[in-house]
Amino acid sequence: MTQPDLACTHLTKRFGDTTAVDDVSFEVPPGSFFSILGPSGCGKTTIMRMIAGFLAPSDGDIRIKGRSVLDVAPNKRPVNMVFQHLALFPMMNIADNIGYGLRRKGLPKPEITRKVGEVLERIGLPDIGTRKVDELSGGQKQRVAIARCMVLEPDVLLLDEPLGALDLKLREHMKIELKALQAAFDTTFVYITHDQSEALVMSDTVAVMNAGRFEQMGAARDLYYRPETAFVAGFVGDSNRWRGRVESVQSDVLRLRSDSGLALLGSRHGRALSDGTTADIYVRPEAIRLGHSPEDVAHFDNRLSGTVTSLLFNGAASRILMRPIEGGEDIEVALPQSGEFAHLERGSDVHVGWSSDQGNCFAAGSV
Amino acid sequence: MQAAQRLGFLLLVTPLLLWLGLLIIIPHIDMFLVSLRERVGVGEYATSLANYRSFIEEPLYLMTFARTAVMSVMATALTLLIGFPVAYYIAKMARGRVRSALFLLCLVPFWVSELVRTFGWMILLRETGLFSSVLQWAGLADAPVEMLYNDAAIMVGLVYTSMLFMVVPLITTLDSLDDAVIEAGYDLGGSGPSILREIVIPHAMPGIVSGSIVVFMLSLGNYLTPIMLGGKDSLWFTELIYSQFIVRFNWELGAAFGFMLLILSSVIVWGTLRLTGQTLEKTMG
Repeated sequence: MTQPDLACTHLTKRFGDTTAVDDVSFEVPPGSFFSILGPSGCGKTTIMRMIAGFLAPSDGDIRIKGRSVLDVAPNKRPVNMVFQHLALFPMMNIADNIGYGLRRKGLPKPEITRKVGEVLERIGLPDIGTRKVDELSGGQKQRVAIARCMVLEPDVLLLDEPLGALDLKLREHMKIELKALQAAFDTTFVYITHDQSEALVMSDTVAVMNAGRFEQMGAARDLYYRPETAFVAGFVGDSNRWRGRVESVQSDVLRLRSDSGLALLGSRHGRALSDGTTADIYVRPEAIRLGHSPEDVAHFDNRLSGTVTSLLFNGAASRILMRPIEGGEDIEVALPQSGEFAHLERGSDVHVGWSSDQGNCFAAGSV
Repeated sequence: MQAAQRLGFLLLVTPLLLWLGLLIIIPHIDMFLVSLRERVGVGEYATSLANYRSFIEEPLYLMTFARTAVMSVMATALTLLIGFPVAYYIAKMARGRVRSALFLLCLVPFWVSELVRTFGWMILLRETGLFSSVLQWAGLADAPVEMLYNDAAIMVGLVYTSMLFMVVPLITTLDSLDDAVIEAGYDLGGSGPSILREIVIPHAMPGIVSGSIVVFMLSLGNYLTPIMLGGKDSLWFTELIYSQFIVRFNWELGAAFGFMLLILSSVIVWGTLRLTGQTLEKTMG
């Protein structure tokens, strides 16, 4: 096995009585894109600052290419960081910004000029060297901030929610561009964000963090379809959630009677859930099939009928809210855009169904 | 509607015009005219440059003029040197209540009049003062030491009087420097001194220049501190102006001195702005 670029073992950080990061261990293989996804205040920034060297861990170790960096000052560590608000130096022009680290390394001037030119070429902005920071657009600043780090050829590049300040359209564009830049530079990226779409789109591995701990670590697809904890199921993507009592368990499939009276089938995916316990069941809106007649959804083991209470048009991500006649709160269902349901309106009768495999069950109260 | 707007504008601008006209422009024009008068007989005057000529021809005047300028520049530099770390600490390192407390400490001396403040220093520095007694008690001196009435005492007084006017603009500019920019400097391999030189100081330049201009002008035009701490040999230029106006009733020469001081401070401020590449709008805005 190749040596990981970055390895954290039992990383812990306490501030007084509060534990911001609680015994977190992970490894990031070379050249991969690793994201830490979590709500604000979950400790992800603390991890980032410990790796960069601005905070000393209370416990545990950080190794970069196998070497512990705990006693290495931030300005000597082979990691660089792209800050949340980029932190470009407003008093310097673009070339001086990018050349700053090289000047500090004491490289001769012609070499600095050559390297800065090269990296500007790489990010597709070859002629902006003499411009001032505030003359650039948001996306250009972004690329310059990355170039300023990449010119130093760090072992690991840390990115602290760098897309947060951009508008939606640019953010979508930068996601793709960041991924492309990462491939072009072939450097390990560690990315922290509270925006799940950023993490899911760009990363090879995503770690979902909550209250100082990693809830689950894995490929984006696994997190989305096979959440291991209720927190992940609720935090990543949207879900319909029912709480109820487990009535029977047969191998992995369990029958649950919701508090609102619905009988639902779900899967426990190996988790310990037995008869009589209270459980939450999570079902994704796009895992639910919409049909005009009961026959359309006859092959699913969960079936409900009801009326449309709301149409939530959002282009490709359009949804409907339907109220089941069997009772309970509204269910969010993805609305296929193939034209089949184009005439659907408030009050229309619809039938929905999904397979028990798509209903992830967790013991209640574990969030 | 438009008439009402116009009236509002007039009402707003009148105090400014009155202030500028009555307190600055008219007195200066008058001063300039007085400085160009030469007394040729009792109650007889002629227009000439005689007052300016006597300023240039009298070595004592020129010497005092130059000495005041140099010491004011030194006092400004010293204030900056002491004030910068203080401002940096308050703006970037201190947090919450400590920060307000420190800021208040800078302000506290200004609650008493300059006269009282200067007397405070006299109590500390005089022959029978605190420092002298402590030195004798510690056995470092065997006779009372006079620390007043020398240039060092003047310098101490000037720096002390000016500190607040340096620290406040510095805190304001340093406050506006994002901490992440400093961290980015470290992250990219910068060391403390290099970050100070390449990032902090360039960012703080408007504050440094505006603080320096204010402190320089205050020192140059200070009268009380040099006289009290420097004694009768303090040779401060404002003292010469005072004696021409009040002691010798030679308003003509006094006015010429006043104008020389105005020219001197203008030239030095302009030079500083040019040298640092700042503009007055940027530093004072």
